[in-house]
Formats: sequence, C-alpha cells, structure tokens
Amino acid sequence: MADGTAVASRNAGAVALADVVVSFRVAVGNYTAVDRATLNVGDGEFVAIVGPTGCGKSTLLNIAAGLLAPVSGSVKIFGASLAGLNRQAGYLFQSDALFPWKTAIENVAIGLETAGTSRDDARTRAQDWLTRVGLGGFADRYPHMLSGGQRKRVGLAQVLIRDPKILLMDEPFGPLDAQTRQIMGNLLLDLWTADRKAVLFVTHDLEEAIALSDRVVIMSAGPAARIIGDWRIPLSRPRDISEVKLDPAFHELHRDIWHKLKAEVVKGYAQAEVA
Amino acid sequence: MSRLGLLALQIMVAIVAVVLWYVLTTYAVFGRILLPPFFFSNPLDVAKQIYVWFATGVIWKHLWVTLIEAILAFVIGSIGGVLVGFWFARQPRTAAVFDPYVKAVNALPRVVLAPIFTLWLGLGIWSKVALGVTLVFFIVFFNVYQGVKEVSPTVLANARMLGMSERQLMRHVYWPSALSWMFSSLHTSVGFAVVGAVVGEYLGAAAGLGYLIQQAEGVFDVAGVFAGMFVLAAFVIVIDTIVSFVEKRLLVWRPATADTRP
Repeated sequence: MADGTAVASRNAGAVALADVVVSFRVAVGNYTAVDRATLNVGDGEFVAIVGPTGCGKSTLLNIAAGLLAPVSGSVKIFGASLAGLNRQAGYLFQSDALFPWKTAIENVAIGLETAGTSRDDARTRAQDWLTRVGLGGFADRYPHMLSGGQRKRVGLAQVLIRDPKILLMDEPFGPLDAQTRQIMGNLLLDLWTADRKAVLFVTHDLEEAIALSDRVVIMSAGPAARIIGDWRIPLSRPRDISEVKLDPAFHELHRDIWHKLKAEVVKGYAQAEVA
Repeated sequence: MSRLGLLALQIMVAIVAVVLWYVLTTYAVFGRILLPPFFFSNPLDVAKQIYVWFATGVIWKHLWVTLIEAILAFVIGSIGGVLVGFWFARQPRTAAVFDPYVKAVNALPRVVLAPIFTLWLGLGIWSKVALGVTLVFFIVFFNVYQGVKEVSPTVLANARMLGMSERQLMRHVYWPSALSWMFSSLHTSVGFAVVGAVVGEYLGAAAGLGYLIQQAEGVFDVAGVFAGMFVLAAFVIVIDTIVSFVEKRLLVWRPATADTRP
C-alpha cells in the first residue's frame, strides 16, 4: 500500500460504501438488487445489517469483500478504493465453506500456509486457534465428523487466524439451533473484544443484531433494496447475549427498530408471493 | 442379520447352484438329462481344469499378462483422463469446440476398435492396453471434468478470500475435488480396464485369460470356458476388493452415507 493511503487509513472508516448500485443481467433486462446504498463501518465498529429475505444483504457483503463489483458507486477500504479482492477482510460464509477434504487443523492452517507461513508454524498456530474456539481436541476430525456449530467454530478460526482488519459475516449462525447460536454469539463477542476488528454482520434476526452490535442498519425489501434506517445501540459492553436481552433498553430498541422493519418484511413477503 | 449368518446364506447359494448344476448335468430327470454336459460341462470337470491350471502353473502366466494389461490401461487412461478433464474444465471454449467429438467417440462401441488396434499395435499386450485405455479414459475424463466444474462456489469463494493464488486453488481445491470424483468411479474404471484387456485378448492374442477362454471355445472345451470364467470372476473380485480398500483409505474425509459408488 502506498504511503498516502496508509496515512488516510488512520482516520477513514474501515469500509465505506457510497451510492453503491448492484444489478444483474437476467433473462429480461436487468435486475437491480441494491440501489444507492451508502454505509460506513468505522475501524473497530460492529455493524449489523438486518433486512427481509432476499433484500440484498449478502450482495452488499460480497461488494465489501470484492467478490462482486458494483455497477456504480464507490467502495473504499480504509480510505483506499477497492479493486479486486479485499485482502484485509475475512469472510465467514452462510453455508459450509470448509474444505471437506481437509481436517479441522488443516482447514485452519491453510490461510497461513497460502501466505507463506511454514507448515509447522501454521499448524502450531492453528492448534492455538482451535483451542480458542473450544475445539482443541478435534484437530484431526474432518468437517463431516463435526456438528454444525463445531463447523462454524472451525470456520471462525479459519478466518481469524489470518488476523483480518475487517470481518464480514453472512448469517454465520443461521443454520444453528437457538442455544448454539447464543453460545456462538458470546464466543464471537469474546474474540471481538480481545482484538477489535471492524465487523459487518448480516442477519435476518433483529434480536441477534441488537445484542451483538454497535449499530444496526435496516435494509428495505428488494428488488432495488436501499438502506432505510441506522440505529446506534448504546448498550454497555462487555455483553452477554442472554443477559442483554433482559435489559429494558434492549426492548425499547427492539420495539423501535422492529416497527420499521415489520413494514419491510410484509412488503418482502408480498413481493415474494407475486414473483 | 449377523455377519456369520449372512456368510452362511451366501455360501449356501453357491452350494445349491453347484449341486443343481451337477445333478442336472449328470442324472437324468424324467428320462433325459436337462443340461447336456457337452454344452454345460459339469462342476467336477471345471474344478479339475482349474486345479490343473494352478497345479501346473500355466494359469499364472495368463493372469499376469491380463493383470499387466489392465494396470497399464488403467494408469494410462487415468492420466489422460485427468489431464484432459482438467484442461477442458478450465478452458470452457476448448471444451465447447471438442464437445461433439468427445460425445461421438464415447458413443462408439469400443469393441469395433479392437481389430484396428490389433492391426496397428500387433498381437502383443499393447493392442489390449489401447482398448482398455479408450474405455477408462472417458470414465475418468467425465468424472474429473465434473469434479472441477462442480466445486462448491462457496468453497471456492472462501479459498479466494483466504488468499489462495490460481496455483494454490488448483492444488487445494480443484485437484482434491476432481480426485474425489475420480475415486468415486474407481470401481467402474478398474472394471473397464479388465474388460478392455480380456475382450482384446479374446479377439486375438497369444496369452491372457481372454485368450485362454477363446482357445477352449475353439475346441468346444466347455469345461475350459467355464473354468476361465470362474478364474476371471475371482480375479475381478480380488481387484475390486483391493480397490475398495484403497478407496476407503483415500476418501476418509467423505461422509459414509454419501456413498456415490456407481
């Protein structure tokens, strides 16, 4: 990175999307998934994006990851325009993204090995990370031998071992049961508190979003989804997911945001039925 | 059912079949022999023939030749299939250009190629290897092609986000995926390698199990034909067992339920 951008990075946000438009070519004409979305994630800030199903939350995440290029608008990462993949971001996917032919420890170590770390060194650090996510004794298991929650833990270790400055998460705990979700949420918060990264967390679960984040951003129903609300979550940290949900302030926030979100959810369903 | 019980029943099927075969070829039922020994031989003669082959050691040479042919056909066909499969999967334009020709050659019954291979490569092992290769190649090719194309987009995106270069993607993602598809068709491709060898021998050779069967047939030695068939069957079962063992070792990472064995 050039010196100029390095200086800029100190005061610029970790992720800055400005007037981002995403559209796909479909059978008849174009489908606009996201329309003029503007979103800033500060360094060390935990931001959740909530919206009805199919509103383009994941699309926005793919834009920030550099996996997808916007039709117009700008994407800046620490003040520098993003071209190609976002090398400073770690991405935790919604569906299983572990390499099924690698054991847990190989899956975690691979991100270091590709960056040129020696095999032994990578293994040692991978073992550390597996222990940190509570899977120290599962190093030699293949993904299919692990439960859904354990696979997510391996995925988390796989991403965090590279120490990315930005963490992108696409409904990472979506397929898990309620208890496991809570445990994973607390694990995520613990890891995040230890080393504050900028987090962009996509979810359809408003409670989860409020409990975890500093800011909750609401997207409208697609197509041409826009960002329609931005709430600061002033709940104190460190938080425990199950306890924070008992806080009266939590309920007030939930009521406020849900009021806005509900209209969009209804709209989303209506559109899904037409389509 | 317990393992032992199952084994007992399996053995019983063999005993009943052999006894039926023996009785129907030896004793007259309602005044006539239902299976004339001239066409069906009988278990004792077949067993005697097999015993003679092994006792004199004649059979080893033929088994060895067939085995070598099958192994060469498998190795050469697999290497070709992997290389071309990878190439086509990574170069969609090349694949599109060659697509009709690949389909045409694959649709061709390979047996008709055997005389041409004999003409080109002689009566030695290489004409049989060539026939086996044409069979094995397409199975491996289609599987590798599929394996490279069907890599989960999420896994691929994850690999790229983890900083893999094109070369690392090849090694850590495409290659294992293609191999897993190839191994899942291992039974079929090994089986076809043997088929290629035996059919090639049958159509013209100086040694091998196919040759043995063809020779016996030429002099109406039905016991010899049956004996050859039994040896061939045992040979294939042994190879198949080895393949199963290798497969189990190589695909430990696969969930046991997703058994894609064709």
